[in-house]
Amino acid sequence: MIEVNNLVKQFGKHLVLNDITEKISKGEKVVIIGPSGSGKSTFLRCLNLLEVPTSGHILFEGTDITDKTVNIDVLRRKMGMVFQHFNLFPHLTVLQNITLAPITLKLQSKEEACENAMSLLRRIGLADKADVHPSSISGGQKQRIAIVRSLAMNPDVILFDEPTSALDPEMVGEVLQLMKDLADDGMTMVVVTHEMGFAREVATRILFMDGGIIAESGSAEEIFQNPKSPRLQQFLRAVL
Amino acid sequence: MWQSFYDTMIAQGRWILIPKGLGVTLLIAFCAILIGSILGCVFALFKISKRKVLNIIADVYVTVIRGIPMATQLMIFYFVIFSPMGMSNAVLVAIISFGINSGAYCTEIFRAGIQGVDIGQMEAGRSLGLSWWQTMCKIILPQAFKTILPTYTSEFIILIKETSVASFIAVVDLQKACDNIRNATYNAWIPLLSCAVIYLCLTLGLTKLFSLIEKRMAKSDRSK
Repeated sequence: MIEVNNLVKQFGKHLVLNDITEKISKGEKVVIIGPSGSGKSTFLRCLNLLEVPTSGHILFEGTDITDKTVNIDVLRRKMGMVFQHFNLFPHLTVLQNITLAPITLKLQSKEEACENAMSLLRRIGLADKADVHPSSISGGQKQRIAIVRSLAMNPDVILFDEPTSALDPEMVGEVLQLMKDLADDGMTMVVVTHEMGFAREVATRILFMDGGIIAESGSAEEIFQNPKSPRLQQFLRAVL
Repeated sequence: MWQSFYDTMIAQGRWILIPKGLGVTLLIAFCAILIGSILGCVFALFKISKRKVLNIIADVYVTVIRGIPMATQLMIFYFVIFSPMGMSNAVLVAIISFGINSGAYCTEIFRAGIQGVDIGQMEAGRSLGLSWWQTMCKIILPQAFKTILPTYTSEFIILIKETSVASFIAVVDLQKACDNIRNATYNAWIPLLSCAVIYLCLTLGLTKLFSLIEKRMAKSDRSK
């Protein structure tokens, strides 16, 4: 589904991603772990071109998104993204947050979009919050609504950029639970996170990034029970 | 006191000059803020654009206009640019040059407002598949509007006062009308004080009106 070939990203002289090649297939739940500054978030943000790669190619469902003639807006509809700081739209109600994109892009009529949004809200138990503004709900609720907002576009893959890092500890569980539910439903997911429990439980594959490369990858078992590189062993000792 | 007020203003109907002048002042101010807002929008977008050429164009415009006194600009527009072209409608020239001047200030006001919105808002919009323009219109500008409003309204009030400079190119605005009365009656006190009071009422009234609008907006925001 996503094919990354020789991806390089530089910020000025600083080399953040150093020649990454990776393939993510449909249905996979790929969790990216690694120390801060290792390029995890940059890698994820390159996948939907929020960061423009310095060189290399990224193919999404067969289309090279680094090709300047490709309309990235159309491809992004199929790649949801969930941010660390939620990035809900504060001037809109929860319902409007969810329906804005489908209505603006004329993918659904207003009625369809609202109905769809309400059924998504019911599913996460927040239907009663439909008409309030994001400022009056908790962080965990905000993030779950942000996830639902990306779901409203019926994406083929969702990218999660440290979705629980900005949350109070007691809110982390509800967000992870929703992500697990999505995983069980078969959604393709790429998740940058520090939640090792989530990685162990949900990931079909874990990528360990360090110094701008994917230093090690494998199943949860391989990564956690049998880490090969000393760098990964050191990292796991520090976080577990 | 009353007698001298009567002699300068009421006798021979000189007071009629004042509402006429006020009309011209308001006409220039309203048209100029309109032009200024349009220019401000365009150049603010130039400023935040990724294209270097557009950045430079906007920078030059803002720097030049803000670095030259209004009176100098006005006279250059009138005597150097428009008069040789055969256009001698002073009010129109005043509207255009005040508009261009105000545009530079609006550019900075709008730019600051737009850039004051968290970058994550643009990213969230784009990640949903909205185009840059759609995200701008539906997500960024509605949020920027609230931070822009107070400085924008004060720019308008400054502009109203600034238009008194229009008399430099013989526009008969409020300032000039009062000055004409002074010339005709050799009484400086009454016409110039009336002029001051009218400007004061105008700016005070508008300040009150705008702060009322702001308060109402802030209130509706909280109740949401």
